[in-house]
Formats: sequence, structure tokens, C-alpha cells
Amino acid sequence: MDTFTPIPAAIGGALIGLSAAILWLGNGRIAGISGIFGQLLPPAQTVVWRFVFLAFLVGGTFVAAHLLPSLGNRPTTLVEAPKWFAAGTPIWIGLSGLLTGFGTKIGNGCTSGHGVCGLARLSRRSFVAVAVFFVVAILTVTATGIV
Amino acid sequence: MNKTLNIPYLAVAAVAGAIFGLGLYISGMVNPLKVLRFLDFTAIPSGGWDPSLAFVMVPAVIVMFIAVRIGKARTRPAFDTRFHEPEFNKIDTPLVAGAAMFGVGWGMSGICPGPAISLIAFWPHYLLIYLLALFVGSYGGSVIIPSGRQKRLALAR
Repeated sequence: MDTFTPIPAAIGGALIGLSAAILWLGNGRIAGISGIFGQLLPPAQTVVWRFVFLAFLVGGTFVAAHLLPSLGNRPTTLVEAPKWFAAGTPIWIGLSGLLTGFGTKIGNGCTSGHGVCGLARLSRRSFVAVAVFFVVAILTVTATGIV
Repeated sequence: MNKTLNIPYLAVAAVAGAIFGLGLYISGMVNPLKVLRFLDFTAIPSGGWDPSLAFVMVPAVIVMFIAVRIGKARTRPAFDTRFHEPEFNKIDTPLVAGAAMFGVGWGMSGICPGPAISLIAFWPHYLLIYLLALFVGSYGGSVIIPSGRQKRLALAR
């Protein structure tokens, strides 16, 4: 249990909720990262605010890491593929990205859009999506032995 | 109203983006291994399970829930003419299949789109591959499944 960090987790979670609240009450937009990222592509109409949001998302992470280096949440590499996967880590990571990009596009959301905003809006679709992706992710971790 | 060049509108996007990045870093969710340690329920019996992710989600949803309630009492957000609430409300196959595919992708790496973007700040090894694949996957999804309420309603029949 030495990795369990409830207080920073709760503070960070409240900040993520605050971010979503500001975007909703300010601009009437859902803070769903897959949607914001996915609609940087044509034929999306309003690209500028999405680009600004994502640029400051990177900037906010960068500044936070410099202000609070002791939290140590600064990975230098992504996780390695499990040993049984002969094709190697780059292919594994690529497959993970492809499935996430395709799945969040056709399912209209990820952990932020369905998870944070959708549950808060009491959206039926989001309750279903969240239940499905959490259960499948837990089964995937168990089946692949990635940890 | 030209939103693309509206300074308060873009300032809201900037502030929201920065706070989101701050929250992802402080919560530790920017670290894929920490996410995987939550998703690894097999570690529960040994006491090695990390429930932090749940401690991130709950306050995030509560804060946003309050904001949605405040929004319901208003006719419009501060800097736009309307709330862009998703209108499509059917539980359809693309929703479930997409969420399942995302679940596999998320479980394989511990990365979801928010942390993937925020990790650009640290540029860890392999991130470029992930981001390119995310882009290609998302574009592929937009080609196969049309967006927009009318088309989705037609497909959901």
C-alpha cells in the first residue's frame, strides 16, 4: 500500500473537476480530452480553443512538475510490453494507442468526457461507457499481466 | 459572435487546460504505472493494490456535478450562446464497442487521452508512438462512424 496517495489524489481530482466546471460554465463545453483531441481534425469547426486547451494542459503539467518535484509523478518511459508479447514494446504501445483512439472516437468519450463530465451530468450513455471501460481495462490488466 | 478570436473564450480554455494539467500531475494520474496499479485488482489480496484513481474520480465528479447544477439555473454559459450538451442519448453498439476497445487500450498501457497529452510535458520514451497511434485510431473512427445526432439516430435504429 506504500504507493497509495489519497490526499494528492483527491486534491488533483478536485482540480480536474474544477477545470471541467470552468470550461462548462465559461464556454458551455465538455472537458473530454479524447473529444477535444479528436476534433482537432477536419471537419471540426472550432479548432482554436481546443488547441489552446491542450497546449495549456501540457503547460500546466510542466509547471506543476517544476513547482512540486517531490511528488515524483514524472515518468521517463511508458510501461514495457509483457514478456510473452514477442513483437516488442513499440508495437504494444502503438496497439494501445490505436484501440484508445478508435474506441474513444466511436464511443464518444474517455475517462474525462464520460468519466468526469458524463457521470456528473447523469448521462445514461456515460454510466454504460464507464462501467464497460473500467471492467474491460481491469480484465485486460489481469489477462496480459502488464503490471 | 466569432468565438475563435474571442479573448475571454480562449482565456477560459487556457485556464481550464492549465488546471487540468495541474490536477493530472498532482493526482499522479499522469503516471501510467500508478493507473495500472489501480486497474490491477489481482493485487487486492496481497495488499499491493493502489486505490488512488478512485480518490481522483470521486471529487472530480462531485465538483463537476455542482457546476452542472449551477449551469441548469442559467440559460447560457458566460462566453457562448448555449451549453453544448450531447443530445444523442441512445445506448448503441458503437458506444459499448468503443468503450470496450478503449478499455483494452487503457489496460494495455495505463494511458488514457488526458494523461497522454499531458505527458508531452515530460516526453517519455515511446510517447510519440502512442500519440501517432491515438491520432490514426481517432481518425479511423471518425471515418467509419459518422458524428452528429441525425446520423447517429439513423444508425441506431
